[in-house]
Amino acid sequence: MEEKIFKGLMLLSLILVLVILAGIIAVVVMKGTPALNLSMIIETPKGGYYLGKEGGIANAIVGSIYLAFGASIISILISLPVALALQKDYTNRHLANLSRLILDILWGTPSIVYGAFGFIIMVYFGLRASLLGGIIVLTLLMIPIMVRSMEEVISMVPQELKEVSYALGTTKLETTIAVVLKQALPGIITAILLAFGRGIGDAASILFTAGYTDYIPKSIFDPVASLPLAVFFQISTPAPEVQARAYASALILLFIVILVSVFSRLLGRRFSKHIVR
Amino acid sequence: MASRRLKDLLSSISIRFTLIAINSIAFLMALVLLLKSWPILKNYNIAELLLNAKWHPIKGEFGFFPFIIGTIEVTAIAMVLSVPVCILSAVYLSEFAKKRFREIVHLTVDILAGIPSVIYGLFGVITVVPFARALGSFFGVKATGYSLLSGGIILAIMVCPVIISVTLEVLRAIPQQARECSLALGTTRWETIRYVLLKNARRGIIAAIVLGFARAFGETIAVMMVVGNVPIIPASFFDPAYPLPALIANNYGEMMSLPLYDSALLFAAFILMCVVGIFSILANMTLLKIERRGI
Repeated sequence: MEEKIFKGLMLLSLILVLVILAGIIAVVVMKGTPALNLSMIIETPKGGYYLGKEGGIANAIVGSIYLAFGASIISILISLPVALALQKDYTNRHLANLSRLILDILWGTPSIVYGAFGFIIMVYFGLRASLLGGIIVLTLLMIPIMVRSMEEVISMVPQELKEVSYALGTTKLETTIAVVLKQALPGIITAILLAFGRGIGDAASILFTAGYTDYIPKSIFDPVASLPLAVFFQISTPAPEVQARAYASALILLFIVILVSVFSRLLGRRFSKHIVR
Repeated sequence: MASRRLKDLLSSISIRFTLIAINSIAFLMALVLLLKSWPILKNYNIAELLLNAKWHPIKGEFGFFPFIIGTIEVTAIAMVLSVPVCILSAVYLSEFAKKRFREIVHLTVDILAGIPSVIYGLFGVITVVPFARALGSFFGVKATGYSLLSGGIILAIMVCPVIISVTLEVLRAIPQQARECSLALGTTRWETIRYVLLKNARRGIIAAIVLGFARAFGETIAVMMVVGNVPIIPASFFDPAYPLPALIANNYGEMMSLPLYDSALLFAAFILMCVVGIFSILANMTLLKIERRGI
């Protein structure tokens, strides 16, 4: 009897969760599609855009891509060495575990805290809200995600494989490049795309640091628009036409994020063909 | 030969250096936030800051109590709503669902975990806020719908993918033999779940809940879009609230002319970082224990 009740409850819970989660996608797609058109994607806001006149959110799309790409590239350059350093070939177990803990704390730190911290740093260096500021803060936000996910796959590389390579007389660096990186490549790509997806969708961290503008930035010191903030600002306006554009912006953002997510899983599968287990 | 050794040495040094640099960023962040919140900590008694309910920065009154209560209540509602549902779902997926179905759901849930919070917020504005308004009028409360309840519901939805995914992984990591042994003793499947699986997975499930909690506690944009942002101590579920992250997001960067205000907001950021830090450490310790026990 108890079993039946609980099994029913479990099934009910699962259905509830799936319906709600599917509902999110459905609502954004249904609300977003009618407002979506070509000029939304390729035009920047014209005069009176926020009163419902012509224009699009190309500024936010391009801005988000600049921000997320910039931050991803810098994050890779920092995260890859850190993830490699966590192997026991480079660092002893205690320091590695401590670093993992610190990275977990950084991962859990709310993005608004990164935003505030980034803003303090920017004020200290005399920077205004700009593409550069946004990239710096997003980089900080993405590093823990990237390192922890990269490290997960790097730690899966069998120790014997590395030892075989060392036995051939290679240095740590040579083994790392020829064996570890090659073995972990699919996971590394997945980690990068995971962090990219997080970065492109985060709003709270770039609220103070990237600013918002109707133009596409010409230099890294210009303020930059972004999709999450475009959604946030447009939904806050009273005009229904502008709110409809918030839905369309959300749809574009959702599309990019899901595309990146699915793509990363496919890539991961594709590159894992040559891995020695 | 020498150049190979040199390259190896240089790369080892730079790799270790980056590791140390990243570790120090966490300390730097905490330190900078603490230094910046020093003026307010110096001018006010900390108990007064945390327990006073009056928030009038212009008059020099900085009582964080409404914000702290708002944060705790919103997070608590989210956890109460999501934890039972998520654990039940994960158990079903792990123990009763077919492999193929489980894999598809796991993949979907992982993808949904990556959806930007602003989209959850938008969903909240479209569906949850009207729902809370309707529920309020059903109970005879005049409400806008931008309330504690809406914030809690949205957070509950946001943490679901995280909790389900981690719980599912923990349950699947329990060896199949454990189930078979228990069943061979003549228990029913439910008894196996209750006395063997849930007991073994206890720590992992706690870690999953803490991960979800950390996400809910610091969530900014989605909550801010539905919670109403009025600095009062909410008297009912249908009253607006004002959690700490929303306070920072709404005011920081604008009030630089009032140094104490600036400092107060950074103190809020410092509190957020500390609480999440403490919970991360706790979750980490539980997970480490699991690894040592080899489950």
